[in-house]
Amino acid sequence: MGKRDRLSGNEAVAIAMRQINPDVMPAFPITPSTEIPQYFSSFVANGQVDTEFIPVESEHSAMSAAIGAEAAGARTLTATSSCGMALMWEELYVAASNRLPIALALVNRALSGPININCDHSDSMGARDAGWIQIYAENNQEVYDNFIQAFPIAENAKVRLPIMVCQDGFITSHAVENIELLEDADVKAFVGDYDPEHYLLNSQERMAVGPYSVTNYYMEAKKQHAQAMANAKQVVLDVAREFAKISGREYGLFEAYRLEDADYAMVIIGSAAGTAKDAVDALREKGIKAGLLKIRLFRPFPAEEIARALSHVKAVAIMDRAESLSSQGGPLGSEVMAALYRARSQALAVNYIYGLGGRDVRVDQAQEVFEQLEKIAAAGEVTDAYRYLGLRE
Amino acid sequence: MDLHKVNENCSWQDLTEGMQVYQGGTSAGFPTGEWTAIKPEFIEANCNQCLLCVPVCPDSAIPVKDQKRGDFDYRHCKGCGICVNACHAGAIKMEGVR
Repeated sequence: MGKRDRLSGNEAVAIAMRQINPDVMPAFPITPSTEIPQYFSSFVANGQVDTEFIPVESEHSAMSAAIGAEAAGARTLTATSSCGMALMWEELYVAASNRLPIALALVNRALSGPININCDHSDSMGARDAGWIQIYAENNQEVYDNFIQAFPIAENAKVRLPIMVCQDGFITSHAVENIELLEDADVKAFVGDYDPEHYLLNSQERMAVGPYSVTNYYMEAKKQHAQAMANAKQVVLDVAREFAKISGREYGLFEAYRLEDADYAMVIIGSAAGTAKDAVDALREKGIKAGLLKIRLFRPFPAEEIARALSHVKAVAIMDRAESLSSQGGPLGSEVMAALYRARSQALAVNYIYGLGGRDVRVDQAQEVFEQLEKIAAAGEVTDAYRYLGLRE
Repeated sequence: MDLHKVNENCSWQDLTEGMQVYQGGTSAGFPTGEWTAIKPEFIEANCNQCLLCVPVCPDSAIPVKDQKRGDFDYRHCKGCGICVNACHAGAIKMEGVR
Protein backbone atom coordinates (compact mmCIF):
# COMPACT_ATOMS: atom_id res chain seq x y z
CA MET A 1 0.00 0.00 0.00
CA GLY A 2 1.23 3.50 -0.76
CA LYS A 3 2.01 6.11 1.83
CA ARG A 4 0.57 9.58 2.36
CA ASP A 5 2.77 12.63 2.19
CA ARG A 6 2.31 16.38 1.87
CA LEU A 7 3.96 17.47 -1.34
CA SER A 8 3.93 20.27 -3.86
CA GLY A 9 3.10 19.32 -7.45
CA ASN A 10 6.74 19.78 -8.41
CA GLU A 11 7.90 17.52 -5.56
CA ALA A 12 5.31 14.92 -6.53
CA VAL A 13 6.60 14.86 -10.13
CA ALA A 14 10.23 14.73 -8.99
CA ILE A 15 9.38 11.74 -6.78
CA ALA A 16 7.61 10.04 -9.68
CA MET A 17 10.79 10.59 -11.71
CA ARG A 18 12.92 9.08 -8.93
CA GLN A 19 10.66 6.05 -8.79
CA ILE A 20 10.84 5.67 -12.59
CA ASN A 21 14.66 5.99 -12.40
CA PRO A 22 15.17 7.12 -16.01
CA ASP A 23 18.45 6.70 -17.91
CA VAL A 24 18.94 10.34 -18.86
CA MET A 25 17.61 13.74 -17.76
CA PRO A 26 18.86 16.83 -19.55
CA ALA A 27 17.31 19.97 -18.04
CA PHE A 28 17.52 23.73 -17.79
CA PRO A 29 15.73 25.65 -15.01
CA ILE A 30 12.79 27.97 -15.60
CA THR A 31 10.06 29.21 -13.24
CA PRO A 32 7.81 27.53 -12.14
CA SER A 33 9.26 24.13 -13.12
CA THR A 34 12.78 24.79 -11.72
CA GLU A 35 12.20 22.68 -8.62
CA ILE A 36 11.69 19.51 -10.64
CA PRO A 37 15.29 19.23 -11.95
CA GLN A 38 16.48 20.75 -8.66
CA TYR A 39 14.91 17.98 -6.55
CA PHE A 40 15.89 15.39 -9.12
CA SER A 41 19.54 16.46 -9.21
CA SER A 42 19.65 15.95 -5.43
CA PHE A 43 18.38 12.38 -5.97
CA VAL A 44 21.24 11.94 -8.46
CA ALA A 45 23.79 13.39 -6.01
CA ASN A 46 22.48 11.15 -3.23
CA GLY A 47 22.80 8.05 -5.38
CA GLN A 48 19.05 7.36 -5.22
CA VAL A 49 18.86 7.01 -9.03
CA ASP A 50 21.19 5.78 -11.77
CA THR A 51 20.28 8.66 -14.09
CA GLU A 52 22.78 10.59 -16.18
CA PHE A 53 21.80 14.19 -15.35
CA ILE A 54 22.93 16.63 -18.06
CA PRO A 55 22.99 20.30 -17.01
CA VAL A 56 22.60 22.03 -20.38
CA GLU A 57 22.95 25.67 -21.42
CA SER A 58 19.39 26.16 -22.71
CA GLU A 59 16.07 24.44 -23.29
CA HIS A 60 16.99 24.13 -26.97
CA SER A 61 19.89 21.98 -25.80
CA ALA A 62 17.76 20.18 -23.20
CA MET A 63 15.37 18.85 -25.83
CA SER A 64 18.20 18.24 -28.31
CA ALA A 65 20.03 16.13 -25.72
CA ALA A 66 16.78 14.33 -24.90
CA ILE A 67 16.33 13.49 -28.58
CA GLY A 68 19.88 12.15 -28.85
CA ALA A 69 19.57 10.11 -25.67
CA GLU A 70 16.18 8.66 -26.58
CA ALA A 71 17.37 7.77 -30.11
CA ALA A 72 20.37 6.06 -28.55
CA GLY A 73 17.98 3.85 -26.58
CA ALA A 74 17.85 5.62 -23.21
CA ARG A 75 14.61 6.31 -21.34
CA THR A 76 14.69 10.10 -21.17
CA LEU A 77 12.72 12.86 -19.51
CA THR A 78 12.96 16.57 -18.85
CA ALA A 79 10.94 19.44 -17.39
CA THR A 80 10.19 22.99 -18.47
CA SER A 81 7.68 25.85 -18.62
CA SER A 82 6.55 28.68 -20.86
CA CYS A 83 9.40 30.41 -22.73
CA GLY A 84 11.62 27.42 -21.97
CA MET A 85 9.30 25.23 -23.98
CA ALA A 86 9.12 27.89 -26.66
CA LEU A 87 12.89 27.60 -27.02
CA MET A 88 12.40 23.84 -27.55
CA TRP A 89 9.97 24.57 -30.37
CA GLU A 90 11.88 23.06 -33.27
CA GLU A 91 12.99 20.07 -31.21
CA LEU A 92 9.44 19.29 -30.05
CA TYR A 93 8.59 18.55 -33.67
CA VAL A 94 11.84 16.64 -34.23
CA ALA A 95 11.23 14.45 -31.16
CA ALA A 96 7.67 13.67 -32.22
CA SER A 97 8.30 13.08 -35.93
CA ASN A 98 11.19 10.75 -35.11
CA ARG A 99 8.80 8.84 -32.84
CA LEU A 100 10.89 9.22 -29.67
CA PRO A 101 8.88 8.55 -26.48
CA ILE A 102 10.40 11.29 -24.31
CA ALA A 103 8.42 12.43 -21.23
CA LEU A 104 8.24 16.15 -20.54
CA ALA A 105 6.96 17.50 -17.22
CA LEU A 106 5.40 20.77 -18.31
CA VAL A 107 4.47 23.23 -15.59
CA ASN A 108 2.05 25.54 -17.40
CA ARG A 109 2.95 29.21 -17.36
CA ALA A 110 1.90 32.15 -19.50
CA LEU A 111 3.99 32.71 -22.57
CA SER A 112 5.26 36.27 -23.02
CA GLY A 113 4.07 38.84 -23.49
CA PRO A 114 3.53 40.82 -21.54
CA ILE A 115 6.06 38.89 -19.50
CA ASN A 116 4.39 36.98 -16.70
CA ILE A 117 5.44 33.94 -14.68
CA ASN A 118 2.02 32.73 -13.56
CA CYS A 119 -0.31 30.05 -14.75
CA ASP A 120 -2.14 29.77 -17.99
CA HIS A 121 -2.07 27.21 -20.76
CA SER A 122 -0.63 29.32 -23.57
CA ASP A 123 2.64 27.37 -23.60
CA SER A 124 1.25 23.87 -24.12
CA MET A 125 -1.70 25.07 -26.22
CA GLY A 126 0.78 26.74 -28.55
CA ALA A 127 2.47 23.35 -28.96
CA ARG A 128 -0.76 21.46 -29.50
CA ASP A 129 0.08 20.71 -33.14
CA ALA A 130 3.64 19.51 -32.41
CA GLY A 131 2.55 15.88 -32.36
CA TRP A 132 3.06 15.25 -28.65
CA ILE A 133 0.55 13.49 -26.44
CA GLN A 134 -0.78 15.98 -23.86
CA ILE A 135 -2.27 15.03 -20.50
CA TYR A 136 -3.45 17.58 -17.93
CA ALA A 137 -3.98 17.40 -14.17
CA GLU A 138 -6.34 19.12 -11.77
CA ASN A 139 -4.28 18.58 -8.62
CA ASN A 140 -1.04 17.21 -7.21
CA GLN A 141 -2.30 13.65 -6.96
CA GLU A 142 -3.30 13.64 -10.62
CA VAL A 143 -0.03 15.02 -11.91
CA TYR A 144 1.87 12.39 -9.91
CA ASP A 145 -0.40 9.63 -11.22
CA ASN A 146 -0.23 10.95 -14.80
CA PHE A 147 3.55 11.02 -14.72
CA ILE A 148 3.74 7.40 -13.57
CA GLN A 149 1.54 6.49 -16.55
CA ALA A 150 3.54 8.59 -19.03
CA PHE A 151 6.13 6.06 -20.22
CA PRO A 152 3.78 3.07 -20.53
CA ILE A 153 1.63 5.25 -22.83
CA ALA A 154 4.46 6.88 -24.81
CA GLU A 155 6.56 3.73 -25.28
CA ASN A 156 3.67 1.50 -26.37
CA ALA A 157 4.53 -0.04 -29.76
CA LYS A 158 1.31 1.30 -31.29
CA VAL A 159 2.16 4.82 -30.15
CA ARG A 160 5.86 5.61 -29.69
CA LEU A 161 5.33 9.32 -29.31
CA PRO A 162 6.64 11.86 -26.79
CA ILE A 163 4.29 12.85 -23.97
CA MET A 164 3.75 16.14 -22.17
CA VAL A 165 2.42 15.79 -18.62
CA CYS A 166 0.99 19.20 -17.74
CA GLN A 167 0.11 20.83 -14.44
CA ASP A 168 -0.81 24.40 -13.50
CA GLY A 169 2.14 26.61 -12.59
CA PHE A 170 2.21 27.65 -8.91
CA ILE A 171 -1.42 26.60 -8.39
CA THR A 172 -0.47 22.94 -8.22
CA SER A 173 3.31 23.07 -8.78
CA HIS A 174 3.93 25.03 -5.58
CA ALA A 175 0.81 24.44 -3.49
CA VAL A 176 1.29 21.59 -1.02
CA GLU A 177 -1.36 18.87 -0.88
CA ASN A 178 -1.70 15.63 1.01
CA ILE A 179 -1.32 12.93 -1.63
CA GLU A 180 -0.81 9.19 -1.79
CA LEU A 181 2.43 7.89 -3.22
CA LEU A 182 2.91 4.41 -4.60
CA GLU A 183 5.64 2.11 -3.35
CA ASP A 184 8.88 2.38 -5.34
CA ALA A 185 8.75 -1.31 -6.26
CA ASP A 186 5.18 -0.99 -7.58
CA VAL A 187 6.14 1.93 -9.81
CA LYS A 188 9.21 0.09 -11.04
CA ALA A 189 7.13 -2.95 -11.94
CA PHE A 190 4.40 -0.83 -13.53
CA VAL A 191 6.75 1.19 -15.73
CA GLY A 192 9.03 -1.77 -16.46
CA ASP A 193 12.37 -1.78 -18.26
CA TYR A 194 12.79 0.18 -21.46
CA ASP A 195 13.39 -2.23 -24.31
CA PRO A 196 13.21 -0.29 -27.61
CA GLU A 197 12.97 -2.28 -30.83
CA HIS A 198 15.44 -0.05 -32.70
CA TYR A 199 18.09 2.19 -31.12
CA LEU A 200 21.37 3.75 -32.17
CA LEU A 201 23.55 2.01 -29.55
CA ASN A 202 22.43 -1.43 -30.70
CA SER A 203 25.65 -3.11 -31.85
CA GLN A 204 23.61 -5.73 -33.75
CA GLU A 205 21.82 -3.27 -36.03
CA ARG A 206 23.02 -0.21 -37.85
CA MET A 207 20.51 2.59 -38.04
CA ALA A 208 19.87 6.17 -39.16
CA VAL A 209 17.42 8.41 -37.28
CA GLY A 210 15.85 11.49 -38.83
CA PRO A 211 16.82 11.12 -42.49
CA TYR A 212 15.84 13.80 -44.95
CA SER A 213 12.36 12.95 -46.20
CA VAL A 214 11.79 14.39 -49.63
CA THR A 215 8.37 15.28 -51.05
CA ASN A 216 7.76 11.66 -51.97
CA TYR A 217 7.86 10.60 -48.31
CA TYR A 218 6.80 13.57 -46.15
CA MET A 219 3.03 13.11 -46.38
CA GLU A 220 3.25 9.40 -45.64
CA ALA A 221 5.39 10.22 -42.59
CA LYS A 222 2.73 12.64 -41.34
CA LYS A 223 -0.06 10.11 -41.86
CA GLN A 224 1.91 7.54 -39.84
CA HIS A 225 2.35 10.09 -37.08
CA ALA A 226 -1.37 10.94 -37.15
CA GLN A 227 -2.26 7.24 -36.89
CA ALA A 228 0.09 6.77 -33.93
CA MET A 229 -1.59 9.73 -32.23
CA ALA A 230 -5.03 8.24 -32.90
CA ASN A 231 -3.83 4.92 -31.43
CA ALA A 232 -2.79 6.69 -28.23
CA LYS A 233 -6.40 7.16 -27.11
CA GLN A 234 -7.03 3.47 -26.48
CA VAL A 235 -3.57 3.02 -24.99
CA VAL A 236 -4.27 5.84 -22.49
CA LEU A 237 -7.39 3.95 -21.39
CA ASP A 238 -5.55 0.60 -21.22
CA VAL A 239 -2.72 2.07 -19.13
CA ALA A 240 -5.26 3.79 -16.84
CA ARG A 241 -6.96 0.43 -16.25
CA GLU A 242 -3.65 -1.16 -15.25
CA PHE A 243 -2.82 1.85 -13.09
CA ALA A 244 -6.10 1.49 -11.20
CA LYS A 245 -5.02 -2.01 -10.20
CA ILE A 246 -1.94 -0.76 -8.35
CA SER A 247 -3.34 2.55 -7.10
CA GLY A 248 -7.11 2.17 -6.72
CA ARG A 249 -7.41 5.47 -8.60
CA GLU A 250 -9.33 5.51 -11.87
CA TYR A 251 -8.67 7.72 -14.86
CA GLY A 252 -10.25 8.13 -18.28
CA LEU A 253 -9.97 10.47 -21.27
CA PHE A 254 -11.78 13.06 -19.17
CA GLU A 255 -13.67 13.25 -15.90
CA ALA A 256 -17.44 13.70 -16.04
CA TYR A 257 -18.56 15.35 -12.80
CA ARG A 258 -22.32 15.30 -12.12
CA LEU A 259 -22.71 15.44 -15.89
CA GLU A 260 -25.01 12.47 -16.47
CA ASP A 261 -28.27 14.38 -16.06
CA ALA A 262 -26.91 17.92 -16.41
CA ASP A 263 -28.75 20.63 -18.35
CA TYR A 264 -25.81 23.02 -18.13
CA ALA A 265 -22.21 21.93 -18.53
CA MET A 266 -18.77 23.41 -18.27
CA VAL A 267 -15.76 21.99 -20.13
CA ILE A 268 -12.46 22.90 -18.48
CA ILE A 269 -8.80 21.89 -18.16
CA GLY A 270 -6.60 21.89 -15.08
CA SER A 271 -6.79 23.18 -11.53
CA ALA A 272 -9.78 25.51 -12.05
CA ALA A 273 -11.89 22.36 -12.47
CA GLY A 274 -11.73 21.98 -8.69
CA THR A 275 -13.15 25.48 -8.21
CA ALA A 276 -15.84 24.83 -10.81
CA LYS A 277 -16.86 21.57 -9.07
CA ASP A 278 -17.63 23.61 -5.94
CA ALA A 279 -19.87 25.83 -8.09
CA VAL A 280 -21.57 22.74 -9.53
CA ASP A 281 -22.20 21.40 -6.01
CA ALA A 282 -23.63 24.73 -4.83
CA LEU A 283 -25.97 24.92 -7.84
CA ARG A 284 -27.08 21.30 -7.41
CA GLU A 285 -28.05 22.21 -3.82
CA LYS A 286 -30.41 24.76 -5.36
CA GLY A 287 -31.83 22.18 -7.74
CA ILE A 288 -30.03 23.50 -10.82
CA LYS A 289 -28.70 20.69 -12.96
CA ALA A 290 -25.09 21.79 -13.45
CA GLY A 291 -22.28 19.46 -14.50
CA LEU A 292 -18.67 19.52 -15.53
CA LEU A 293 -16.37 17.80 -18.00
CA LYS A 294 -12.70 18.04 -17.11
CA ILE A 295 -10.32 17.27 -19.98
CA ARG A 296 -7.48 14.92 -19.04
CA LEU A 297 -6.32 13.93 -22.53
CA PHE A 298 -6.09 16.86 -24.94
CA ARG A 299 -3.82 15.23 -27.54
CA PRO A 300 -5.13 13.08 -29.07
CA PHE A 301 -8.41 14.97 -28.70
CA PRO A 302 -11.29 12.64 -27.70
CA ALA A 303 -13.84 14.56 -29.75
CA GLU A 304 -16.46 11.81 -30.19
CA GLU A 305 -16.43 10.85 -26.52
CA ILE A 306 -16.73 14.49 -25.43
CA ALA A 307 -19.63 15.12 -27.82
CA ARG A 308 -21.37 11.97 -26.53
CA ALA A 309 -20.90 13.02 -22.89
CA LEU A 310 -22.43 16.41 -23.72
CA SER A 311 -25.16 15.08 -26.02
CA HIS A 312 -28.01 15.79 -23.59
CA VAL A 313 -27.05 19.25 -22.28
CA LYS A 314 -28.98 22.38 -23.20
CA ALA A 315 -26.01 24.72 -23.00
CA VAL A 316 -22.28 24.33 -22.52
CA ALA A 317 -19.50 26.76 -21.55
CA ILE A 318 -16.05 25.87 -22.86
CA MET A 319 -13.35 27.40 -20.69
CA ASP A 320 -10.01 28.38 -22.20
CA ARG A 321 -7.01 29.33 -20.09
CA ALA A 322 -5.29 30.47 -23.28
CA GLU A 323 -6.05 33.04 -25.95
CA SER A 324 -5.55 32.03 -29.55
CA LEU A 325 -6.16 35.62 -30.73
CA SER A 326 -8.16 34.30 -33.64
CA SER A 327 -11.02 36.71 -32.82
CA GLN A 328 -13.13 33.54 -32.40
CA GLY A 329 -12.11 32.26 -28.96
CA GLY A 330 -9.57 29.87 -27.48
CA PRO A 331 -8.18 26.52 -28.67
CA LEU A 332 -10.37 24.32 -26.46
CA GLY A 333 -13.42 26.30 -27.57
CA SER A 334 -12.64 25.66 -31.23
CA GLU A 335 -12.06 21.96 -30.74
CA VAL A 336 -15.08 21.26 -28.53
CA MET A 337 -17.35 23.26 -30.83
CA ALA A 338 -16.01 21.32 -33.82
CA ALA A 339 -16.68 18.08 -31.92
CA LEU A 340 -20.26 19.19 -31.20
CA TYR A 341 -20.84 20.19 -34.82
CA ARG A 342 -19.56 16.87 -36.15
CA ALA A 343 -21.86 15.06 -33.73
CA ARG A 344 -24.83 17.20 -34.92
CA SER A 345 -25.23 18.40 -31.34
CA GLN A 346 -28.09 20.74 -30.51
CA ALA A 347 -26.33 22.16 -27.44
CA LEU A 348 -25.80 25.91 -27.39
CA ALA A 349 -22.11 26.57 -26.84
CA VAL A 350 -20.22 29.55 -25.50
CA ASN A 351 -16.45 29.98 -25.11
CA TYR A 352 -14.93 31.80 -22.12
CA ILE A 353 -11.35 33.01 -21.78
CA TYR A 354 -10.37 32.98 -18.09
CA GLY A 355 -7.42 32.84 -15.70
CA LEU A 356 -4.79 34.25 -18.06
CA GLY A 357 -1.42 35.07 -16.51
CA GLY A 358 -2.45 33.52 -13.19
CA ARG A 359 -5.71 35.47 -12.77
CA ASP A 360 -7.68 33.85 -9.95
CA VAL A 361 -10.94 32.07 -10.67
CA ARG A 362 -13.47 32.05 -7.84
CA VAL A 363 -16.44 29.81 -7.15
CA ASP A 364 -18.86 32.72 -7.58
CA GLN A 365 -17.39 33.40 -11.05
CA ALA A 366 -17.90 29.78 -12.06
CA GLN A 367 -21.50 30.06 -10.79
CA GLU A 368 -21.92 33.20 -12.88
CA VAL A 369 -20.97 31.18 -15.97
CA PHE A 370 -23.70 28.63 -15.18
CA GLU A 371 -26.21 31.45 -14.67
CA GLN A 372 -25.31 32.71 -18.14
CA LEU A 373 -25.87 29.21 -19.51
CA GLU A 374 -29.37 29.19 -18.01
CA LYS A 375 -30.09 32.48 -19.77
CA ILE A 376 -28.71 31.17 -23.07
CA ALA A 377 -30.84 28.03 -22.84
CA ALA A 378 -33.95 30.07 -21.99
CA ALA A 379 -33.32 32.44 -24.92
CA GLY A 380 -32.58 29.55 -27.25
CA GLU A 381 -29.61 31.35 -28.80
CA VAL A 382 -26.08 32.51 -28.10
CA THR A 383 -25.55 36.18 -28.83
CA ASP A 384 -21.86 36.36 -27.92
CA ALA A 385 -20.04 33.03 -28.13
CA TYR A 386 -16.63 34.47 -27.22
CA ARG A 387 -16.41 36.03 -23.76
CA TYR A 388 -13.96 36.86 -21.01
CA LEU A 389 -14.45 35.86 -17.36
CA GLY A 390 -13.06 38.01 -14.55
CA LEU A 391 -12.05 40.89 -16.78
CA ARG A 392 -12.17 44.51 -15.54
CA GLU A 393 -14.51 46.44 -17.80
CA MET B 1 16.20 -4.57 -43.75
CA ASP B 2 16.00 -4.55 -47.53
CA LEU B 3 16.15 -0.88 -48.43
CA HIS B 4 14.92 -1.60 -51.97
CA LYS B 5 11.56 -2.59 -50.50
CA VAL B 6 11.24 0.86 -48.94
CA ASN B 7 10.72 3.28 -51.77
CA GLU B 8 8.47 6.06 -53.04
CA ASN B 9 5.84 3.59 -54.24
CA CYS B 10 5.22 2.27 -50.71
CA SER B 11 1.98 3.05 -48.89
CA TRP B 12 2.29 4.92 -45.59
CA GLN B 13 1.72 1.66 -43.74
CA ASP B 14 4.71 0.03 -45.44
CA LEU B 15 7.26 2.74 -44.72
CA THR B 16 9.40 2.55 -41.58
CA GLU B 17 8.31 4.36 -38.41
CA GLY B 18 9.58 7.94 -38.47
CA MET B 19 11.30 7.16 -41.81
CA GLN B 20 14.11 5.47 -39.87
CA VAL B 21 16.69 3.53 -41.87
CA TYR B 22 17.77 0.20 -40.38
CA GLN B 23 20.96 -0.20 -42.38
CA GLY B 24 24.40 1.42 -42.51
CA GLY B 25 26.36 3.01 -45.37
CA THR B 26 23.19 3.92 -47.23
CA SER B 27 24.59 7.24 -48.48
CA ALA B 28 26.51 5.24 -51.10
CA GLY B 29 23.19 4.91 -52.90
CA PHE B 30 22.55 8.64 -52.87
CA PRO B 31 24.31 10.35 -55.82
CA THR B 32 25.16 13.76 -54.33
CA GLY B 33 27.38 14.23 -57.40
CA GLU B 34 24.29 15.44 -59.24
CA TRP B 35 24.23 18.61 -57.15
CA THR B 36 26.80 20.61 -59.13
CA ALA B 37 28.44 20.87 -62.52
CA ILE B 38 31.71 22.32 -61.21
CA LYS B 39 34.05 19.63 -59.91
CA PRO B 40 37.59 19.45 -58.54
CA GLU B 41 40.26 18.02 -60.81
CA PHE B 42 42.93 15.60 -59.55
CA ILE B 43 46.43 16.29 -60.95
CA GLU B 44 48.17 13.07 -60.09
CA ALA B 45 51.63 14.28 -61.12
CA ASN B 46 51.62 16.88 -58.32
CA CYS B 47 50.22 14.56 -55.62
CA ASN B 48 52.62 13.44 -52.86
CA GLN B 49 49.99 11.08 -51.37
CA CYS B 50 49.87 12.90 -48.01
CA LEU B 51 46.12 11.96 -47.93
CA LEU B 52 45.14 15.17 -46.11
CA CYS B 53 42.32 15.62 -48.63
CA VAL B 54 40.65 12.31 -47.77
CA PRO B 55 39.26 12.92 -44.26
CA VAL B 56 37.96 16.43 -45.07
CA CYS B 57 35.70 15.19 -47.87
CA PRO B 58 32.12 15.17 -46.46
CA ASP B 59 30.96 12.64 -49.06
CA SER B 60 33.81 10.10 -48.93
CA ALA B 61 34.32 10.87 -52.62
CA ILE B 62 38.12 10.36 -52.59
CA PRO B 63 38.78 6.62 -52.82
CA VAL B 64 41.92 5.21 -51.17
CA LYS B 65 43.51 1.93 -52.20
CA ASP B 66 46.85 0.55 -50.98
CA GLN B 67 47.42 3.77 -49.03
CA LYS B 68 47.12 5.87 -52.18
CA ARG B 69 44.30 8.09 -53.28
CA GLY B 70 42.79 7.70 -56.71
CA ASP B 71 40.68 9.96 -58.89
CA PHE B 72 37.48 11.51 -57.51
CA ASP B 73 34.26 9.56 -57.23
CA TYR B 74 32.24 12.10 -59.21
CA ARG B 75 29.01 10.23 -58.49
CA HIS B 76 29.27 11.45 -54.91
CA CYS B 77 31.50 14.56 -55.16
CA LYS B 78 29.10 17.50 -54.79
CA GLY B 79 31.80 20.07 -55.61
CA CYS B 80 32.13 21.74 -52.20
CA GLY B 81 35.84 22.48 -52.83
CA ILE B 82 37.01 21.75 -49.27
CA CYS B 83 39.67 19.36 -50.59
CA VAL B 84 41.23 22.14 -52.67
CA ASN B 85 42.14 24.02 -49.49
CA ALA B 86 43.43 20.89 -47.78
CA CYS B 87 45.91 20.17 -50.57
CA HIS B 88 49.39 21.75 -50.15
CA ALA B 89 50.86 20.13 -53.26
CA GLY B 90 48.76 21.79 -55.94
CA ALA B 91 47.29 18.44 -56.88
CA ILE B 92 43.63 19.55 -56.75
CA LYS B 93 42.25 22.35 -58.86
CA MET B 94 38.72 23.63 -59.10
CA GLU B 95 37.14 26.57 -60.85
CA GLY B 96 36.43 29.41 -58.40
CA VAL B 97 38.36 27.85 -55.47
CA ARG B 98 41.85 28.99 -54.45
